[in-house]
Amino acid sequence: MFFVSLKRIARYGYQSFLRDKGSSMALLFIMVLTLSGATTLFLVRGATSFLVLALESRVDVSAYFLKETPEQNILDVQTQLLQLPEIRDVKYVSQEDALKKFTEANQNDPVILSSLQEVGRNPLLASLNIRTWEQGDYAKVVDALQRGDSASIIEKIDYQDRRPTIEKIGALTTGIQTIGFLVVLLFGIAVVLVAFNTTRLAIYHARKEIEVMRLVGASNAFIRGPFFMQGAMIGVIASIVTTLLFMVPVFLISGFVERLLPGFNLAGYFLSNIFLILLLQLVLGIGLGVLSAAIAMRRYLEV
Amino acid sequence: MNIVFERVSKVYPPGSVALEDISFSIDQGEFVSVVGKSGAGKTTLLKLLLAEEKPSSGRVLVDGGNIGGIRPSRLPDFRRKIGMVFQDYRLLPHKTAYENIAYVMEVMGAEEEEIARDVTEVLRIVGLSDRSDHFPDQLSGGEKQRVAIARALIHRPGVIVADEPTGNLDPYHTRDIIHLLLKINELGTTIILATHNKEVINRLGKRVLTLDQGRLIRDEQKGRFVI
Ligand SMILES: Nc1ncnc2c1ncn2[C@@H]1O[C@H](COP(=O)(O)OP(=O)(O)OP(=O)(O)O)[C@@H](O)[C@H]1O
Ligand SMILES: [Mg+2]
Repeated sequence: MFFVSLKRIARYGYQSFLRDKGSSMALLFIMVLTLSGATTLFLVRGATSFLVLALESRVDVSAYFLKETPEQNILDVQTQLLQLPEIRDVKYVSQEDALKKFTEANQNDPVILSSLQEVGRNPLLASLNIRTWEQGDYAKVVDALQRGDSASIIEKIDYQDRRPTIEKIGALTTGIQTIGFLVVLLFGIAVVLVAFNTTRLAIYHARKEIEVMRLVGASNAFIRGPFFMQGAMIGVIASIVTTLLFMVPVFLISGFVERLLPGFNLAGYFLSNIFLILLLQLVLGIGLGVLSAAIAMRRYLEV
Repeated sequence: MNIVFERVSKVYPPGSVALEDISFSIDQGEFVSVVGKSGAGKTTLLKLLLAEEKPSSGRVLVDGGNIGGIRPSRLPDFRRKIGMVFQDYRLLPHKTAYENIAYVMEVMGAEEEEIARDVTEVLRIVGLSDRSDHFPDQLSGGEKQRVAIARALIHRPGVIVADEPTGNLDPYHTRDIIHLLLKINELGTTIILATHNKEVINRLGKRVLTLDQGRLIRDEQKGRFVI
């Protein structure tokens, strides 16, 4: 009985959606705008969290060792460092590895390669690349390296304080998200208003019909159901339309984004999250559609 | 279903008196006609029975329960026990003839096959099998009236209330519809029929309530149309 009624309500909702094309389309349009805002926000979030992660995972401290240091001594320092709780990992790069990397990185630069040749031997130093858990801990590591026995075999220590950059990006992200959220909120309110008005008009036009439905024994649920169903249906269609609409530009700008943010593939990110995005849109779309129908009915469809 | 009107008056605001101090009772299975001039209060009386309007004073009792004070949540169930033919048809404009009739069974949660079978059958009975896909504004007055009648019969209610159901029908269809109502009545359904049609009343030879300016002036078991 319940499912039979649900099926019928769905059919009525679908019928009135088709019959009232004008207002359905207006609502659909503004709903798509809202969902687009939310989706953009989702993608921006993805890109910035990628950026922060990339920055955080860069090497914090590099310690270069004197030329003739035996490898075993360097490995001892590595073992000691790994005992410090602040340290996430320590990577040993031998002189040969360093040279290989250097040659690879500069393989398109004949000047550098030829000058390397001229030097005749490996000018690069062996190093330990150290990453800490917390950005702020780099100072402790530097301190430990300079004070311990290792100080005598270290040529130089390179470190970078990336905290200001990360904080800046963090602030920027929060800013973008706040503005984006406000825009989505604004659109969301517009959706509720438009949907509310649509439902109100529909109820007004159908008031005689609704009266007849009551007189032939239709329950409230049976009368209200189709209005809810219509709101939900517009939410579903808007979600699908928005997702499809995003496909094209996302693929178009993906290359551009990759140049700005090396390693971040926008299209890939979009595709691998497509079900989450669709789910997000469905929840938002259906929620808004049903909510506004509910408000209109509360006000205009007396029991 | 036992129907009792107990000193019922209905005044439409601001001061139009439609019914005044009406009392009568109808037992299950009766065939009762309500006659009276235009504006005598026939439609109002039927509206009170369906709880579309509330009495200004007095009580309308159905099986002992006061319909004027019925809880809104109980209304759908109550109305499903009554089949109503409205004077102005009141078909749903965006539904076809078939869908209008089916709607009554749909709100009751009937099975799809049952609905298809019954609606097809009742459309055949009222002679509209070939009009089932027409929307109300694609139907003639008489056809609309017959859809309205079909809608009132479809769910086999205990009481059928028909407000001028033959107003737009030719003598041929009028005879058919009255014959149909009589047959349904023989099966135990209460029929309450409001009409202007003198011939119909006189041929029926059933109980007649005569209204005049909102008052019940006559209640005869084998009534004739006298105004
Ligand atoms: N909603 C209303 N508001 C005010 N007055 C009304 C309303 N409905 C009916 N009336 C008045 O109540 C009186 C009875 O009306 P009703 O419709 O019951 O008459 P009727 O007997 O059905 O007439 P007819 O044979 O023309 O259908 C009339 O005088 C009418 O003008
Ligand atoms: Mg009338």
